[in-house]
Amino acid sequence: MNSTTTQFVPSRRMGLYEPAHQMSMWGDFRLDSPPPPPLMLEVNANSNNQSEDTFGASHRNDQEASKPDDKVLRRLAQNREAARKSRLRKKAYVQQLENSKLRLIQLEQELDRARQQGLCVDATQLAYAGNTNPGITAFEVEYGHWVEEQNRQVSDLKNALHSDMGDMELQIFVDGGMRHYFELFAMKVTAARADVFYIMSGMWKTSAERFFLWIGGFRPSELLKQVLSPHLDDLTEQQRLDIVNLRQSCQQAEDALSQGMEKLQFILAQAIADGLLREGNYLPQIGAAMNKLEDLVRFVIQADHLRQETLQQISRILTIRQAASGLLALGEYLQRLRVLSSCWSSRPRDVCVSKI
Amino acid sequence: MEKIVKLASENGILIFSKSTCCLCYAVQILFKELRVQPRIVEIDTIPDGVEIEKALKRLGSSGPLPSVFIGGKLIGSTNEVMSLHLSGKLVQLLRQHGSLI
Repeated sequence: MNSTTTQFVPSRRMGLYEPAHQMSMWGDFRLDSPPPPPLMLEVNANSNNQSEDTFGASHRNDQEASKPDDKVLRRLAQNREAARKSRLRKKAYVQQLENSKLRLIQLEQELDRARQQGLCVDATQLAYAGNTNPGITAFEVEYGHWVEEQNRQVSDLKNALHSDMGDMELQIFVDGGMRHYFELFAMKVTAARADVFYIMSGMWKTSAERFFLWIGGFRPSELLKQVLSPHLDDLTEQQRLDIVNLRQSCQQAEDALSQGMEKLQFILAQAIADGLLREGNYLPQIGAAMNKLEDLVRFVIQADHLRQETLQQISRILTIRQAASGLLALGEYLQRLRVLSSCWSSRPRDVCVSKI
Repeated sequence: MEKIVKLASENGILIFSKSTCCLCYAVQILFKELRVQPRIVEIDTIPDGVEIEKALKRLGSSGPLPSVFIGGKLIGSTNEVMSLHLSGKLVQLLRQHGSLI
């Protein structure tokens, strides 16, 4: 420790030093010399219960050289550190309280709105009360708007396909629909950086959607298999072949990413489990795990990129009208999943338990 | 830089990766599934790995590893590989330059 912070203030402690000793401390400070006065300054400024220590220590000082001083100073430093941490914890707690208050207001508004519309309210969807991450709160609000816009687009598409609208106009709806999904992926990138576990758990989705979750979203090959292929009957041979190839490529890409994820889980678990049952703190393990979580963010982003590429390839392979049908099918499929979640969570049960 | 060019020209399919990078591992799995065997250089296990990483960035690699070269040309990172694969072009490229297992 350097004695450049030379705040020379007379203290009880210092009076016990031999003047010559004192001079040498300031003159040529060595690392192995007794602790310098600046500490004493802080000691005197601090709470009363520490002054007893200085008294006790200063008595012992006559007998022993520097050992009690070290112990006392270490303890004082620890006390300071503990006080600092306590202040930080209190600040964080107050911040969390304020965020929770905002979230509560938000939840009440959502509940009111939903009840007014007479919808079944999926309690689990609203109940992510532990979240105080502003990036995630912002994402949840944006996602709410995204779903509303999605519902509008689905009914617009339905009307458009049933009308005798030309391809030029239909193209506008298709482009809009694709762009809407791309916007969601962009939102998810930001949210993943704010809290990747939130995205990985699909917390913003309804419970039924979460059942089908694959790396933070829908599985592109499932989209092709379940939603699109069965409902596009007027495909040319070339289109059929293209769709089959696309589905196979998707599956291969998904498998590769899934295996990469398994390796990441393994490495993460290893990092956390390192040194269990051993004495000592586990902060290094937490630190190592935190580093690996950056990789997890990359996986989520990669999975969304795969979803985006799949949608783009689909729109390349299909005609405009087919693409419009496909988008409508996807939109309706997701709507049905949301309704399923709502109905499931509000089904009559023997014991009514609030999930919030 | 010369080392990169040399490695890229010697190997039909070349991947620069890191032993700890799971996304790099995913790309390797994809190539294995496509029945090709790329040359894999793990830059955290070789002495001049840091210089190679810097040189890759100068070449315009999209940033993080893996860095994939096919036929001596820089293809890009995971994004580019996935896009090429979904469009069917990756398999074509691999057939031209790859060594089948």
